[in-house]
Amino acid sequence: MSQNEITNILVCGIGGQGVMTATEILAEAAIAEGHDVKKTEVAGMAQRGGVVTSHLRFGRKVLSPQIEPGTVQVLLGFEGAEALRWSHYLRPDGLALVNNAKLVPPVVELGLFDYPEDPTGQMRAAGRRVVSFDAMSIARDLGEVRLGNTVMLGAIADYLPFSPDVLLACIVKRFARKGEQVVAANRQAFAAGREAVAKQLGGAPAHA
Amino acid sequence: MTTCVAGNSRRRFIFSLARKRTMAAVMPQLSNPLAPPPATSRLLLSGNEAVARAVWESGVRVAAAYPGTPSTEIIESLARYPDLHAEWSVNEKVSMEVALGASMTGARAFCAMKHVGLNVASDCLMTMTITGAYGGLVVAVADDVGLSSSQNEQDSRFWGRFAHLPVLEPADSQEAYEMTKLAFGLSEQYETPVLLRLTTRICHVKGLVVVGERENHEPAGFIKNPERWVMVPAHAKLRIPSLFQRDDTLRGVSEASPLNVLESGTDRSVGFVASGPAYMHVKEAFPNAPVLKLGFSYPWPPEKVRALAALCDTLVVVEETEQLLETEIRAAGIACHGKDVLPKMGELSPQVLLPAVDRLLGKDVPPPAPAAAPMKVFPRPPTLCASCPHMGIYYTLSQIKNIIVSGDIGCYTLGAGHPWNALDTTICMGATMGVALGIDKGRGEVDKNKRILAVIGDSTFMHMGMQGLLNITYNKGNVTVLLLDNNTTGMTGGQATPASGRDIHGAEAPRVDLAKVVEALGVPNERIKVVDPYELPILFKTVRDEIKIEGPSVIIARRPCVLIDDFKPFRPYLVEEDKCTGCGNCLEVGCPAIHVTHREKVIKPSGKEVELAFVNIDNQACTGCGLCVQPCAPDAIQHVPRRDIPIHIVKT
Repeated sequence: MSQNEITNILVCGIGGQGVMTATEILAEAAIAEGHDVKKTEVAGMAQRGGVVTSHLRFGRKVLSPQIEPGTVQVLLGFEGAEALRWSHYLRPDGLALVNNAKLVPPVVELGLFDYPEDPTGQMRAAGRRVVSFDAMSIARDLGEVRLGNTVMLGAIADYLPFSPDVLLACIVKRFARKGEQVVAANRQAFAAGREAVAKQLGGAPAHA
Repeated sequence: MTTCVAGNSRRRFIFSLARKRTMAAVMPQLSNPLAPPPATSRLLLSGNEAVARAVWESGVRVAAAYPGTPSTEIIESLARYPDLHAEWSVNEKVSMEVALGASMTGARAFCAMKHVGLNVASDCLMTMTITGAYGGLVVAVADDVGLSSSQNEQDSRFWGRFAHLPVLEPADSQEAYEMTKLAFGLSEQYETPVLLRLTTRICHVKGLVVVGERENHEPAGFIKNPERWVMVPAHAKLRIPSLFQRDDTLRGVSEASPLNVLESGTDRSVGFVASGPAYMHVKEAFPNAPVLKLGFSYPWPPEKVRALAALCDTLVVVEETEQLLETEIRAAGIACHGKDVLPKMGELSPQVLLPAVDRLLGKDVPPPAPAAAPMKVFPRPPTLCASCPHMGIYYTLSQIKNIIVSGDIGCYTLGAGHPWNALDTTICMGATMGVALGIDKGRGEVDKNKRILAVIGDSTFMHMGMQGLLNITYNKGNVTVLLLDNNTTGMTGGQATPASGRDIHGAEAPRVDLAKVVEALGVPNERIKVVDPYELPILFKTVRDEIKIEGPSVIIARRPCVLIDDFKPFRPYLVEEDKCTGCGNCLEVGCPAIHVTHREKVIKPSGKEVELAFVNIDNQACTGCGLCVQPCAPDAIQHVPRRDIPIHIVKT
């Protein structure tokens, strides 16, 4: 990745899932690497079970804070249909890392709209590079569903223009005061997220 | 007024839509409330946080606001700084008056609001501009460009023209920080209040900011001066000419200001005038073009604009949102383009600017790539939370026919949506009362048999609803008011109110008794009912009874917002699947924790085909309010067995 290139990462999901916090940690990692960073989202009414996207841009100098369609290197999707909703933001060679969660809103339960059949399958059919995994089950297997966020961060760790250790250090810093046990659990979750993606993409991680 | 919150730990939910119980869960907040980061720290701050830091560093003694997206976090952040009085005021007008009063003593003072908040405060603003400021006085106004959570879109730069006040427009967090500090100096030097115009993409964008130290500003003291502070006609008349003089002086200041930078560029086919986030979009889209960046955007500097015009073949004014500067520049005899090629509403972006300018230059614009077209996905509108007490209200209203329900601004505006469709109007904060009375008094034969209800939240009631209720009682209106008391300002993230018994810091505060207020406003004691919105039969009966009786009545529905500490979750529920008949009654409650497992089409004995929807409850999200239990005929909804409750769910 050239020095002047801006990295665009789009994190999407639903109000309440932790999208903004995850993006905040990614931003901290980019800062630790010496990048100029801008992070934006429209929080607003999206808090209430609505759509949330968080835009993270970093590089030598970032001007506009908004990411535009067709320019995202990595899309981190916390929910299947949301990843599909924002998939047109990906560059042709972009990568989507998608949690298999299916969160169905009341308007679908009421029968007013349909939830898409196999959202990640639709993305693949449209020519997108997609890795999907079940962050919730991975977290549950580690004994705590709340580790799902760290699993998601582990998933993206090898697809950033810097070492996964930088991101891990930012996560560890956040949990340091919660004690060694919490830190260890988060390290495990991070490693599990990395593995879930590497297993599917095969071979060496793509970073650096 | 409406929504939001970026920096509130209460909003850091993880993964499930369960709101309350994941609250304090995984992500700790980094900031220590009582120890601001030291000078020269480079911090990742939102525009709102950057303004707050600068206000604190500027030695401000008083900072006031009513919450409103996208401005809420300014005062929320300021409340964590020491050595200043930060407050939630009951509305924006009061917050501005508080700031003005502080300024009269020579103290530095600040107030913040969203765009529609300045409408409320404008009565103060239009005279405050005549008295001018004594201690530095800065008003931050945040425009919700793109209507992320507002009832309209407004361009607050107009207030600079209308009120003869200087307007500063930062383009990112660092500038928000720097311009806020400059604004206090400007305010004191020219004895003028200063408008700091922000937009969503300033308020809610985080960027790196280098911060400094707090300076001390001891107030010089209040000086008795009726000709300045007592705005009777004779006094105001004497001062108004000074506004025009100040305009002229500030035009000169703007012309020389380092905040207005002419970048000469290398590709001079098109030059741009831009301010705020629009400047960033211009730089990204046209890195080599000449640009006049306006940070001091009113009064704008005509000579600098002329210099830019002389540099380039075509001049384009890029502004969010109105055609304001463009009109003024053209009126000054400088040819330019702007809204003839650019959109007149919503946010701009490089992808909006590039094709527009290409078209202006007569270039062929390639069609957008098909891959960049969005996929078709269902809409996901915001929902009320699981256990939200408003669901009880709207479920009830959806079951009552022949009513007109006027509404207001808050989470409860969502009652207009599915499945309830139970709100008929929403205009502005407090409007529900006046609109309801107007419907009552204006209706003719066709609406004669309808009952008129007005819905309003507790925070909104104290913001601007009390006068409307007084107007209903005084004018003998026939309106049933539903006062939804959830003990907080919900939609902006749970800010304290005068009825919550807490102040901005969470400390104990005098608690106003809403029932007594309502009585004092003229509602007869026997027409004031306090109900629990979780108790559907009582709520239903109360509403039915009250709407039948002539004259005003107020039903106070009292239950805490599920996102505040006062809310205690109950044992969650599940659906016993063998008992569920698929009637779908529970879905009408509108709870996001209820999900359809499968649907079946059946032919009823009458020959009519109906679709059954069998459900389950996400017991990670359910907090046991029991609203869905009540309409369930076959008693299929039962408590989760105690042994199956995750220990973090139920508080003891």
